[in-house]
Amino acid sequence: MPYPAEIEVSVRKLEASREKRLNTKIPLISTIERDTLVRKYHPDYAEAGRRQLLIGANKGQLFPVELANQLEGNSRIDPDKIDLDKVDYETDVLIIGSGGAGLSAALLAQENGAKVLVVTKLRLGDSNTIGAEGGTQAADRPNDSPVLHYLDTMGGGHFENVSDLVWAMVNDAPMVIRWLEDLGVIWDKEQDGSMRELKLAGECRKRVHSCKDHTGLEVMRVLCDEVRSHENIDVLEFEAVIEFVMDEAGRMSGALMVNLETNKLSLVRAKSVILATGGLGRLHTMGFPTTNHYGATGDGLVMAYRAGCSLLYGASIQYHPTGVAFPQQLAGMLVTENVRALGGQIVNVDGEEVACNLEPRDVLASFIIRECTKRGRGIKTPAGDNGIWEDIPLIDIIHGEGTIAQRLPTMVRQFARFGIDITKEPVLVYPSIHYQNGGVKMDTYAASEIPGLWVPGEVGGGVHGRNRLGGNATLDIYVFGRRAGKQAAEFSKKEKLGRLTLDHVRRFQQELVKLGIADQRPFTPMILPNYTREIPNYLPENYRNTLVVNKMLLT
Amino acid sequence: MVDIYIMGKHYRVPDSLTIMAAYEYCGYRLIRGCGCRTGACGACATVYNFANNPTLKYGLACQTGIEQNMCLAPNVYFPAVKPVYDIGKLKPTVEQILKIYPELITCFGCNNCTRSCPQELEVMSFVSAALRGDLATVSEKSFDCVMCHMCTSRCPRNISPRNVALLCRRLFGDHLIPKSKHLDDRIREIEKGQFDAEYEKMSKLPTEELRRVYENRWIEPA
Repeated sequence: MPYPAEIEVSVRKLEASREKRLNTKIPLISTIERDTLVRKYHPDYAEAGRRQLLIGANKGQLFPVELANQLEGNSRIDPDKIDLDKVDYETDVLIIGSGGAGLSAALLAQENGAKVLVVTKLRLGDSNTIGAEGGTQAADRPNDSPVLHYLDTMGGGHFENVSDLVWAMVNDAPMVIRWLEDLGVIWDKEQDGSMRELKLAGECRKRVHSCKDHTGLEVMRVLCDEVRSHENIDVLEFEAVIEFVMDEAGRMSGALMVNLETNKLSLVRAKSVILATGGLGRLHTMGFPTTNHYGATGDGLVMAYRAGCSLLYGASIQYHPTGVAFPQQLAGMLVTENVRALGGQIVNVDGEEVACNLEPRDVLASFIIRECTKRGRGIKTPAGDNGIWEDIPLIDIIHGEGTIAQRLPTMVRQFARFGIDITKEPVLVYPSIHYQNGGVKMDTYAASEIPGLWVPGEVGGGVHGRNRLGGNATLDIYVFGRRAGKQAAEFSKKEKLGRLTLDHVRRFQQELVKLGIADQRPFTPMILPNYTREIPNYLPENYRNTLVVNKMLLT
Repeated sequence: MVDIYIMGKHYRVPDSLTIMAAYEYCGYRLIRGCGCRTGACGACATVYNFANNPTLKYGLACQTGIEQNMCLAPNVYFPAVKPVYDIGKLKPTVEQILKIYPELITCFGCNNCTRSCPQELEVMSFVSAALRGDLATVSEKSFDCVMCHMCTSRCPRNISPRNVALLCRRLFGDHLIPKSKHLDDRIREIEKGQFDAEYEKMSKLPTEELRRVYENRWIEPA
């Protein structure tokens, strides 16, 4: 028996109410009701835990404290100690990050004649893409159209999305699915080759393409293999970019990166730079757990902000309604939205359905937070955390026995390791940080405001407004990764770089000192989170800072 | 609390931890060997055994619970065979697979690969399927592969089952699964600009009007 006895009592109530829940349909709430609910319960609107930025392009705007501290962080380098005449790597296109956006960009840049260097602080392919389970939207069925995909995306984003970006994304979508298929991605299909598609929350048609619940893994395996099949793409792993380098004309001109094991700093000079560093779940904004991978520390946002880029909806963060709350070993991990798409319901301690299971993510997250806090009808985990039931066994009741095992093999395996059979028992979930809705301001080719810098994927902002729909993240990365890669390759052919400079770093640092906040801010970007128990620090006070700056980059 | 050994050093840790969490609990800051932390990426695949039993075990550090007397050590990196190829120009045949991975034919069925898979896949079975040119079976049986390389490290014939399976899946996906006709049709319609006028109109609607269109749209049953 996986759950403690006091929790099993609630499981019995959930089982008892199944038949009733199957026969009662809770309607979706209106968009006005959505706005009201979200403003009251969503962590983006919480009063505590946020503060105004004191510096940079978004000065004055409210951000979660954890993110604000990173954006206002001290540089990890002293520009005066860097010799910019000593170039270690020279390339046409530098790509920072190796998830779906970075590798799509790499492939398109090489296809368009550029020499490409991909730099990643973890292994090639380590990213949030690899953990994406749900799928990728593309309006390709006869009863669907890019216009409906556009409409759904705008509605999900509270109509605050940048319209042109959305249209670019939905228009390229079918072509991107075909591109990946031609590279050998195995999409879920019917015998005749037509796509088997799912409808996720907030979507009016079935248009999510999946590869069982390994969609991101399957695409990343293929993209990594393809990247390794081109001799004009070089890859450097376990190298963390910690600062941009610009030229005198204000063009992006390369980056400084550090070997995570030796702390050796290297200079890359590049005619075009593609920033594809993804999101920030590992900052644990507002104290939430996260579904994100180990490297999702918002490094790209920090470096772009320091270089002068502005952020659009930079404080808007997606708390996925269904992160695992129990067992503790899996806490924060994503329960894919496909579970809800297949009929899984959200149920409280008394066996009552909390809201329509197909509400968009921010809306359902707000419902769950309200149920567990204000209404006090959640389930307390043995560790004392809040949780709400996600009734997964319903899926087999609706679609026939074996559906869960067939459609959700990853999840079955993950829970079985801890004694929970999800084909028989519900799971406890609670909102978990999943995605940065906003990001660096960009145009329809993912070009930032700085010439020579592109920001495709999660690090860029605008396309999702203030809330992203399921299946639009893995679409966004391929669409804008490809667009950025092509344009960056073309740009690199006609541009000549001027003298390199780190003046943008100097200016930012001087402002921190002037405001008197430099010594209250961490060294950023974070690079990797620190989950170790605190080891006592025996360094004499006087040496500590020098060591932190020069030696212990990961501190 | 349980007793574990990290690179030979003794620690006592709570028994609710995973291998990965145990490292961090004992003060080890991970650089390599840590990825998605949810069992999807293979970055943390690891080898361990027990103080009272030297038989090697294999698991994902983020998904394997800690047990009494576990002996842990970080993994080493090694390069695996990965030839360069253009998937579109290859043929989905056993001859093609053997041309790219000739060592595959030397498999003598020791089954070390299967025993070392942290995903509990039937690795040798899909290696055999690759040898028969049965790409559908390789794809199905290897689909949960997280590319961790454990099987490669244990193969006495230098076969990389994960890379062989990846080649087979790509050949299967690109060459043997029928293409989707409705996808082709839609791509052609978009290229002809068939939806541009409707978008132009919709993008000019004031938000309140767009909100109305959105709320009144027909929602296909799930």
